Amino acid sequence: MARLGDDRRIAGNLTRRGFLIAASGAVAAFGFASSAGAAMILPSTDQLIPEQTFEPTIWYSIDGQGSVEVNIIRAEMGQHVGTSLARIIADELEVSWDQVRIKHVDSAAKWGLMVTGGSWSVSQTWPVFSKAGAAGRQALIERGAELLGVAASECFAREGSVVSGDRRVDYGAIVRSGISRTFTSDQIEAMSTKPVEQRRLIGRPVAALDIPPKINGSARYGIDAWVEGMVYARPVIPPTRYGSKVVTVDDTSARKVKGYIRYVILDDPSGTVPGWVMAIGETYVGAMRAADKLRVEWSAGSTSGVSEQDLQDHAAALIADSKVGSILDTGNTNTEAVFATASHRVERTYTNATALHFQLEPTNALALEKDGIFEIHTGNQWQSLILPTLAKALGRPEETVVLRSYMLGGGFGRRLNGDYAVPAALTAKALNTPVKMILTREDDCRFDSVRSPAVQTLRMAFDSNKSVVAMEHHAAAGWPTEVLAPFFMPKGANGVPYDPFSINGADHWYEVGAQKVRAISSDLARDTFRPGWLRSVGPGWTNWALESFMDEAAREIGADPLEFRLGLLTGTGRNAGTAPNSVGGALRQANVLRIAAEKADWGKALPDGHGLGVATSFGQEREMPTWVACIAHVSVDRDTGSVKVEKLTSVIDAGTIVDPGGALAQAEGATLWGMSLALFEGTRFENGQVIDRNLDTYTPLRIADAPPLDISFVDSPEAPTGLGEPPTTVVGPAIANAIFAAVGARLRHIPITAAAVKEAILS
Amino acid sequence: MNDDHRTISFTVNGKVISTEEAGDTPLLWFLRDNIGLTGTKFGCGIGMCGACTVHAGGRALRSCITPISALDGGEVVTIEGLSADSSHPVQQAWNDIQVPQCGYCQSGQIMQAVTLLNDFPEPTDEIIDAVMAGNLCRCMTYPRIRAAIKQAAASTKEAQAHG
Repeated sequence: MARLGDDRRIAGNLTRRGFLIAASGAVAAFGFASSAGAAMILPSTDQLIPEQTFEPTIWYSIDGQGSVEVNIIRAEMGQHVGTSLARIIADELEVSWDQVRIKHVDSAAKWGLMVTGGSWSVSQTWPVFSKAGAAGRQALIERGAELLGVAASECFAREGSVVSGDRRVDYGAIVRSGISRTFTSDQIEAMSTKPVEQRRLIGRPVAALDIPPKINGSARYGIDAWVEGMVYARPVIPPTRYGSKVVTVDDTSARKVKGYIRYVILDDPSGTVPGWVMAIGETYVGAMRAADKLRVEWSAGSTSGVSEQDLQDHAAALIADSKVGSILDTGNTNTEAVFATASHRVERTYTNATALHFQLEPTNALALEKDGIFEIHTGNQWQSLILPTLAKALGRPEETVVLRSYMLGGGFGRRLNGDYAVPAALTAKALNTPVKMILTREDDCRFDSVRSPAVQTLRMAFDSNKSVVAMEHHAAAGWPTEVLAPFFMPKGANGVPYDPFSINGADHWYEVGAQKVRAISSDLARDTFRPGWLRSVGPGWTNWALESFMDEAAREIGADPLEFRLGLLTGTGRNAGTAPNSVGGALRQANVLRIAAEKADWGKALPDGHGLGVATSFGQEREMPTWVACIAHVSVDRDTGSVKVEKLTSVIDAGTIVDPGGALAQAEGATLWGMSLALFEGTRFENGQVIDRNLDTYTPLRIADAPPLDISFVDSPEAPTGLGEPPTTVVGPAIANAIFAAVGARLRHIPITAAAVKEAILS
Repeated sequence: MNDDHRTISFTVNGKVISTEEAGDTPLLWFLRDNIGLTGTKFGCGIGMCGACTVHAGGRALRSCITPISALDGGEVVTIEGLSADSSHPVQQAWNDIQVPQCGYCQSGQIMQAVTLLNDFPEPTDEIIDAVMAGNLCRCMTYPRIRAAIKQAAASTKEAQAHG
């Protein structure tokens, strides 16, 4: 209603004309979504804020009706994260699922590190929420026992009540009676949690709380944020990511665009969006069209001529220079001595193209200043990371900037880098008006923090018995963490800092004797674009090289690729695993491999042109391994080189599966994501910019490409690890290895194209 | 565009809309920004992702590339108008199968699936793949989209048999 026939003045001097006539009350019945405001609560509730609540920790509260509201600091981007996390508390607290609400909170210092990525959410929240839930249960039992006039030791909690014999008092009544017990962090740390056999919600399927609004159009994404009086903005993006300076702007043509207001040249003290010009409109259509008509002349930055080939060549040259890079601590790293005396050596190089996030909701943000607080309304995965940058850009204290929470129309790592919030905030500050910025798809691709192209060289040394005695893995790429979060970079064995998210995966669990893993940052990549974390991050491409190479190494010595791997997954020494996350070590990786091989009938006879390929991984990082194995069945048309994936069989050991429904959905999506990156997705830099900017030329996997999936989880009582990414890491190499098994063509670059397969068949 | 003063009228979810907005305004942005129906999403702007799919005259339509002038006198239905309470068989199947992940494409997927089932009450995988080919799901919920369409087909058939 608020926007109908509205002729309020905006942007100081421009009047917005009434655009609807003859509404005659009918339009009002659409019921405009409420103005952007409070945190996102699911299921949505009309209840008033209850007067009495019990908050045993900052993580949840219980009201006088016994309803539990769990605070979720992780972003909802399709993983049903609140449904997983709230259940950990609900299980320990002994409440039933229909008593639980989730609240996706806005940024605030009290929440600590706010980040949603790395497949960390369940694994990292598990110990915190388990103990927080247990603490609440203890407090409720103590108070409930008082109310029942019995000893706490005679009571237990079940389905939201404290029970003693045939008497009970429900949590709502306990809260209404007054309860204020709090716990010190030491007390919570010492809290014992329920034994596995008493779990009532963990591991059981429940309906995801975020799904109902996603099937009727009511889910609120950042792009849906709206406030009274806002204007719209679309950027005109400069020719280089860094170093471009605006020389002139001519808006003669833009001024003929209906709804165009003006342009703004951004002045960005944070250096996030140098050279940006914003087209401002009364409507988004006006801003969008005007941006196309603005004639901006820049002096371009130094990378305006960089091509994909330049990036690949530069990475290869870095690998050839043994003096650069960080060497990880993998025990005995002195591989040179072993290689010098080895009886047989294998060396291969693998590459991957630049890849786009292409999250379906283009990046956007609504920014406004209100009551001394600068509010940013947008979907974001790492609030803690972008807040200091926003403070710097706006020239105000970090405490006066807040990120409001919305659903994310896809994260996939793009929204870990909140750089898109900066231009919206700067424009709102410059105009002193709420500004809603939306990037078009083409803008979004140009401004993406792409997955860096990479070059990797792997070497293996064998003794005279064909036993593996040494291995090297050298990887060069643009490092996202170096640019965006250098404080997250540990030092290697040679004292050089490295980006774990650009080498994880290479530090595998195979027993290979002397082992050198070298991570190299490509300065040309870093200067040309802002490298991004893209779903499964490092292992998304390190494991592509590693598991392709393991296949080649096995064939080099005449071994079966499955048996070769199993023979190296001995679970000894540094690969034995440690509590809590990697108990069992490499033996659990061998286990998923064996199960997958059995399920896919490894070694079975197949028609001509068909093949099975295997790959395995430990997921994202050694400290939180998710053991995965995949067998790909492909068929290859020898004439055209086209590859059809007939089936993907994956087995996953992620420890305890908290939310089986969400876990399977994540595994399905991650598996197909891996296939899409292996066969369908890649772009290239030309003149310092990605060349593919929309679906006319960037071609992610579509429904007809999706093969049958056979995905299963190992039933495990161990600590939960991660699931959103690990199943991705095995698919590319499994497909490439299957192509080799089918037609003898070895592919060493992703994405794999039909033309490349045909060429490999012919060579 | 010199049609500034021309009034364009059509219905949205059964309600009459008359507007003087420029005729070349894409329906998507008219729905989202002018009348506040934000369930229809912007994905690619070139009609190739399907996130903006609505019904016009009962047919699936990419609203991001459709000017409102083309709808004069027509009938538009968006995800918000498909049912009052998420009770459409396709929405119910989407809920039962727990299809959405991020959910951003799902309004478009659902609207496309509804017209698919009108045309093909008992669709095969091939038909589903062909008709749904224009709807990108970045979370790759495709296996569940297939399953949900089949469930919706089955529940519709059953309802008709008992109706």
